[in-house]
Order: sequence, then structure tokens, then C-alpha cells
Amino acid sequence: MSYYLALLSRQDKPIYELKFGSSRQGGDGQPHFDKAMDDLTPFVVHAALDVVDDVQWTTPAMYLKTVDNFYSYMISAFVTAGNIRFMLVHETKNEESIRQFFLDVYDLYVKTLMSPFYRVTDKIQSPAFDTKVRALARKYL
Amino acid sequence: MADRTPIVHSSTVPGGVTQLRSASSQASLVESARKGAIYERSLQRKRGEVSESVMALVICEAVQYLQKQAKGIADLEDRLNRLGYHMGQRVLELITLREGKSAKRETKVLGILQFIHTMVWRTLFGRPADALERSTEDTNQYMIIDNDPLITRFISVPKDMAQLNCAAFAAGIIEAVLDASLFTAKVTAHTMGTPQTPDKTVYLVQFESLR
Repeated sequence: MSYYLALLSRQDKPIYELKFGSSRQGGDGQPHFDKAMDDLTPFVVHAALDVVDDVQWTTPAMYLKTVDNFYSYMISAFVTAGNIRFMLVHETKNEESIRQFFLDVYDLYVKTLMSPFYRVTDKIQSPAFDTKVRALARKYL
Repeated sequence: MADRTPIVHSSTVPGGVTQLRSASSQASLVESARKGAIYERSLQRKRGEVSESVMALVICEAVQYLQKQAKGIADLEDRLNRLGYHMGQRVLELITLREGKSAKRETKVLGILQFIHTMVWRTLFGRPADALERSTEDTNQYMIIDNDPLITRFISVPKDMAQLNCAAFAAGIIEAVLDASLFTAKVTAHTMGTPQTPDKTVYLVQFESLR
């Protein structure tokens, strides 16, 4: 199982990206997208943004569940109060785990935001943030 | 004209400063400076309030600092507004996160205005704002009214700077919350004192027209 996580700013610019694999059921935690899909993931996510733009006004929920499909892949979305979009490309339907994962990433994102030196559209470069997200991926996915 | 500083009454800052240097807070400063420690700390509220005198002092310093750079009253208000904007972006996400399970996004204009009037004001100033009104002349115009804004409580504005309202800082906070929620608006602060409430401040929220 492979996953691709992207955090997108209000201007649709990626502020954080991570490809990882499942650690469940003997997974090695590494992504195994085939070559074609490996390059396509950012495009797939951006295509799904159009759907998010429509869906986000129909519900006050932050977790929008699966918003789009691309062949065998699903794209789930989470929109924060400040309209930062968390997008996840995944292969299996697993709403509850993904919701938990998004919520914990949201917690980490807000902690990043609390730093007075971080500006809202900046890329998140902190290695501590990266380590924490990877740990969450191992925990939930 | 810009060399007159709005006065912050010094009698209102009793010893709050020395408190900052206590041993325990210094230890926690060292701890938080350690790499990545910001990710180890909880975002949940520990103690609800900061002492009023410390807040007055910080605002006083901010106003003086910005005034040194500003080219006039309008520019000073603009700078205060931008400082508040910086803060508003954070406040929105933080309050939403703290709501925990019931956290939601606001998708309606009235919803987000209510959120600012109640939640944001309660978090920042300890009580909801006094009123939320819609302009009768312009349907894209709303007013959030605070009869005694905490920010300007200890600021006396000199006569020759009468148009200045340091609550422009709070206006910036409102503007940031609205912008982040994709309800783009321009927010300005105006003093509308009455005999009972001399510091009454009206935050004028002007949404962009759809036409």
C-alpha cells in the first residue's frame, strides 16, 4: 500500500509533501507507486482540488472523506478552518484511520503555525515536523 | 506630527515585568528553545488568562515601535492592522482545533461573524463583543461593536492625532479570520464614543461586492 500526503496552501501551493507506504500487514513503510503513478500524484491531487472547492461549501465538516478517484486510487481531503487543504492519495478505503491521521496532522500543523517565524504560505521545513508525520503514518496507516 | 506618543498610563503596570524573569519560566524558555520542542507541547489551554498589565505593556511597546516607523496616522493604523492580521491567522486555527470533536469550518457569512463576535472575542478579551449589526444602507457592510475595548483601555490618544484608533490591531485580527475563511473583507476600527461609553469602538466590516 502506498500513500501520498500533500498540504496545500490557500494559493494551491504545496507546503509539505510526503510519500510513504503502509506499515500494517508486513508493509515496509516505503512507497511502492508504479513509475507512471509516482510522477502523477501531484497532478491527481490538484485535479481533486476542484472537487474540494465545490464540496467544502456544502458541509461544515473538516474531513471531507473521499472526494475523487483516479483509476484504483482514492483521494481523501481535509480542509482546515483557514482553508489549508490536506490531501491524501490512497488505495484502500479506511475512513476512520484516515480521519484520525488527518486530525493529528492538523494538530502538528497548528503547532507549526504557532511559531511567530512561520508565515502561512511558507513551506514547512522543520525536520521535527517530518519525523512526527512519519510516526503518525506508521501509527494509523 | 508623529513624535507624540499615545500615552500608556504607567500606574497600570504594577510589577508585572519582574514576574517574567522567575526561575521556572526561564527553565521552560530553555526547554522550548531545544530543537523541535514546539511539537512536544500541548495546544490545549492551560491557564485561561494573562495579566492585564503585561498585555497593556506589550501593546504599548508595539504601538511605540510601529509609530517610529510610520509616516503618519493612516500608516500607523495600517501597520497595527497588519500586526493583528498576523495574529488573526493563528487565532482562527487555534480556536478551531481547541473545539476538539465539535470543530467545524464556517461556511456562511453570518456564521463566521458570530464566531468572531463570540469565540474570538472570548478567547482574546475574556468576553463576547457587545453587538453585531448589519448596515441598513449597504448590505455588504457589518459592524462588530465593543463598548470598552481592552486594547485601547490604557491608551490616551493626543488631541492632534484624534483620528487614530489603536483598535486597528483588533480590526486586523478580524480581517485575517475572515480572509482565511475565504470571506474577503476590509475591516477598519472607528471610535464612536457616547457619554456612557467613551471608548466605544465600531469595527466596520466591508465585504467585497459580488457585482
